[in-house]
Amino acid sequence: MSVAVDVQGLGKKYLISKSDKQQYNTFRDRIYQLFIKKDSNSVEEFWALKDISFKVKKGERVGIIGRNGAGKSTLLKILSKITDLTEGRIEIKGKVASLLEVGTGFHPELTGRENIYLNGSILGMSRDEINAKMEEIISFAEIEKFLDVPVKRYSSGMTVRLAFSVAAHLEPEILVVDEVLAVGDAAFQKKCLGKMEDVAQKGRTVLFVSHQMEAIDKLCDSCVLLENGKFVMHDETSKVIDAYLSASKKYSEVDLSCIKSRHGEGRIRFTKTWIENGRGEKTPIVKSGDSIKIVAEYELVGAEPIANPAFAFAVNTIRNVAITDLSNFTAGDEFHEHEIPNKGKVVCEIPSLTLNTGSYYFNVLVRTPGAVEDWITEAFYFDVEAGDFFKSGNLPDTARLILMNQDWKLDFRDQ
Amino acid sequence: MNRIDDNIEVLEPGKRFSSYWGELWQYRELFYFLSWRDFLVRYKQTVLGVAWSVIRPILTMIVFTVVFGKLAKFPSEGVPYAIMVYCALLPWQFFATTFSEAGNSLLANARMLTKIYFPRLIIPASSLLVNLIDFFISFVILLGLMAYYQFMPSWKIVFIPVFLFMAMITSLGAGVLIVTLNVKYRDFRYVVPFVVQLGLYVSPVGFSSNIIPGKWQFLYSLNPMVGVIDGFRWSILGEGYTMNWAAFSLSAALTVLFFFISVTYFKRMEKSFADII
Repeated sequence: MSVAVDVQGLGKKYLISKSDKQQYNTFRDRIYQLFIKKDSNSVEEFWALKDISFKVKKGERVGIIGRNGAGKSTLLKILSKITDLTEGRIEIKGKVASLLEVGTGFHPELTGRENIYLNGSILGMSRDEINAKMEEIISFAEIEKFLDVPVKRYSSGMTVRLAFSVAAHLEPEILVVDEVLAVGDAAFQKKCLGKMEDVAQKGRTVLFVSHQMEAIDKLCDSCVLLENGKFVMHDETSKVIDAYLSASKKYSEVDLSCIKSRHGEGRIRFTKTWIENGRGEKTPIVKSGDSIKIVAEYELVGAEPIANPAFAFAVNTIRNVAITDLSNFTAGDEFHEHEIPNKGKVVCEIPSLTLNTGSYYFNVLVRTPGAVEDWITEAFYFDVEAGDFFKSGNLPDTARLILMNQDWKLDFRDQ
Repeated sequence: MNRIDDNIEVLEPGKRFSSYWGELWQYRELFYFLSWRDFLVRYKQTVLGVAWSVIRPILTMIVFTVVFGKLAKFPSEGVPYAIMVYCALLPWQFFATTFSEAGNSLLANARMLTKIYFPRLIIPASSLLVNLIDFFISFVILLGLMAYYQFMPSWKIVFIPVFLFMAMITSLGAGVLIVTLNVKYRDFRYVVPFVVQLGLYVSPVGFSSNIIPGKWQFLYSLNPMVGVIDGFRWSILGEGYTMNWAAFSLSAALTVLFFFISVTYFKRMEKSFADII
């Protein structure tokens, strides 16, 4: 078998400025630095990827897995030529199409048909190709009736279906796909997965990033595991998934300040997060029934006072089942403007942990009225061990996700 | 079926994958589709749509004719002042809108930039095509204006495409430079409206460049739009309009030089756009 993608010693370095928390450079600052403050130490190097080497055979389907910040998306961006590599070398044999987002370039004012042309050409299809596949794309997306209606009138589900449908009809030799199956309703996801399998059956090389282990398991012949920008292993899918799920390395505290894959306006930024057990120790391992605290440190960027922010921790299992959102807003504990210091921490206290034995992670999110300020997925990973949740001495069945306090009675009333 | 594809692409730090211009050519359909999108959106979004590209030059022309022609009583080169102004407004408006749109284009398409690969030059360049359409609409108005004043344009009007091309090079050169700076330093967006506003008065739009004293002519021609506008007037106004060809050559040479500098700078920065945008 010939090799389709050969990655040799790949590295990608970003420069992060330490001192100013501003997201963008301005010319004014640059001039200021030149003449007044000769401070070159304020820039910090950060290797998003380092010494990555692996080969993908022609027709092979390879999953790339790892936690948030492992460098998966950076790797895909380099393979798709969106961003330059800093060191190493990659050989690619065949035409690459990348699908890092569903519906790139969609314009709400344009009709479904117009968007098919636009999006198709953005993804690298020629006009003839699009014309030839038009019928198929329309029927796959199930939007026949709305074809000449502007996309802004579509429901979000319809938009996603249309966007995915265009992407699904790409026929490159090498397809690079980022977490795109996580959209749409369950039935459509299934259909997409089926379509992806079809693509793979046709002998195309596929590189696939996903958090849905079922999808990875179903689709990929082998997997590459990345951690903190470093290569961990490339092996059979089941072995790599096991290694990933057993989550060898857990941290008792995660530094969020240099995480690049975050969303939001950025007026509030998370800097750290951790879990404290009942004794006030930072730990990635807690017990069911424990009294725990989930803590996140934040800082305000810029001088603007922030009005009434809502912080949230979204708890998921490592297999990506969303369990619950913990939020000071829904809990009714609102933080008003005068109470928000420039730097601080938010603490969410859970008197008795209702999660059952298993591996979990949470996302951190903060929003102000009308805007998401900072959102980091997979901010913190933790394990829950069996604990005496019910104070009964009987440990619950570990095959269930959630524990609930309950009172039982047997009623003796006459029939 | 089992065709062996020996077409191996090698990605290495700082290396280009294939010839820059060849690749640009390969992506011509994307260029076309993006222009088409901008065109559709412009004419769908505003009710005024086409009307806007009619009203704007006409109103500007009226104001300039009144202020410079009637109040300031500048010489009109022996033609109706309105026509003289309008000849200059055609390339100026083309420049102003292309420059502003191109200058903002990468930030406006930031999402696309971080999600898909294509030669980045396509984005600022695609604003050219839409504005060309506006240009043609405005040109039709000029014909109407000439009919109204019963003004017969000179045969030299056939040279208009040459000067239009020069206007394209100027707008794209300026747009590409500012868009690169805009991605790198966000505060450059404040420069764009300033250049457009000031440029309208610095360039000979409301008056003829022949009112500039002879000794300042060369200095004045450092502004590339001076050459473009003079070219338009020379092609349309006919014998009455005298053209300073030496100054024009300087303007044209500067335009080409400026364009190449801008594009070279853009090419150098292009690979880092997705990281810093």
